[in-house]
Amino acid sequence: MATVVADTDEAVSGIQDGSTVLIGGFGTAGQPVELIDALIRSGVTDLTVINNNAGNGRVGLATLLANRQVRKIICSFPRQSDSYIFDELYRAGEVELEVVPQGNLAERMRAAGAGIGAFFCPTGVGTPLAEGRERRTINGRDYVLEYPICGDVALIKAFRADTVGNLVYRKTARNFGPVMATAAKTTVVQVAEIVRPGGIDPEVVVTPGIFVDRIVQIPGVRPLAETGTAG
Amino acid sequence: MSTQRGFDTTRPLDRDDLARLVATDIPPGSYVNLGIGQPTRVADFLTPQSGVILHTENGMLGMGQRAYGDDIDPELINAGKIPVTETAGAAYFDQAASFAMIRGGHLDVCVLGAFQVSFAGDLANWHTGAPDAIPAVGGAMDLAIGAKNVFVVMTLFSKDGSPKLVEECTYPLTGLACVTRVYSDYAVFVLTDHGMVARETYGIGRNDLAERLGITFQNGWA
Repeated sequence: MATVVADTDEAVSGIQDGSTVLIGGFGTAGQPVELIDALIRSGVTDLTVINNNAGNGRVGLATLLANRQVRKIICSFPRQSDSYIFDELYRAGEVELEVVPQGNLAERMRAAGAGIGAFFCPTGVGTPLAEGRERRTINGRDYVLEYPICGDVALIKAFRADTVGNLVYRKTARNFGPVMATAAKTTVVQVAEIVRPGGIDPEVVVTPGIFVDRIVQIPGVRPLAETGTAG
Repeated sequence: MSTQRGFDTTRPLDRDDLARLVATDIPPGSYVNLGIGQPTRVADFLTPQSGVILHTENGMLGMGQRAYGDDIDPELINAGKIPVTETAGAAYFDQAASFAMIRGGHLDVCVLGAFQVSFAGDLANWHTGAPDAIPAVGGAMDLAIGAKNVFVVMTLFSKDGSPKLVEECTYPLTGLACVTRVYSDYAVFVLTDHGMVARETYGIGRNDLAERLGITFQNGWA
């Protein structure tokens, strides 16, 4: 059952060293920066982080990396014009990287959330990213076996929640939120506003509350995210 | 002046020519994904009358033009993380749905850049393989195998003059036998049962083209 918590520190409480953390966002759109800030304050280390990217500028995920709290990052597109913190750590051998095609990243978490043990996928057949993986021909097409990615915790950002955990998102900030919400043992959501049950039309709920454990409201609007970064 | 599809064939195509030519070749009403960089330029030449609907893999159909000034919303961006606008009839969705569209064969065309394409349609466009390069694939491998038609836009020769349309790719592969057309400055190639064949050439004769690509004559070349 979803509960509304008082602040971001309470929202991320209980996350252990060595945890696997799913972090929403595509670049800075949908990145739960305030929850990441709380994770930084908590001081947990040795994390495995799943995100589409590997941090932008010096905010959120980039700061978590700079703070040496991340042992490994699983992502599709680490290299960006403003990913210099990750780039330095990676070149110095101080963070492990697993590059996963973006569709596989999403589908492996979807599988985790849906109780699927593994799936055969055509992406990457014959490429270095499929090396060493089981391959099968099904109806004349080649596929690679992919396994789920489960999180101990998911940190995501939605636009609005009701107090039972139903969520709606905003524009392209939705990205990985709905799939990550299903794929972690504990899902923590930061939202701009919380409404009473019935305050969200049931027809437009994107993430049903069954997938949500903790909700925290972040009042106010953050400054504009850095924009226009390639990659 | 000798022309082909409205373009002067006596000189190589420039970047805008290529974008316009690709836009001309996209069937009206198609669902299209444009890759980062040069492929994005194709959008400038798609008319509203074409009814083409743009998909961006970070979770949107009906993507509009680049946003400027007050229209910039940091939560409305394209796959290149550039602020964009929405068109009437746009839809937002999550990553699993977005890649179901791609991998499930629902996209009509994707337009990508490339380091190399093979005559059999293999694509190399995600990683140089250089020891200090940080690999980054994004949605390239999903798009390569998922879209019904994969158009590549690239220069035909690298800066040192070596062909980028090759017998076998030397860069790490993105996908096998997935490219259906190559739009280059010197020629447009289409994939046939005999591999990539020049549909038309610009600023070079077919014999010279074959020679510079280091290939022997085959069906469709002469």
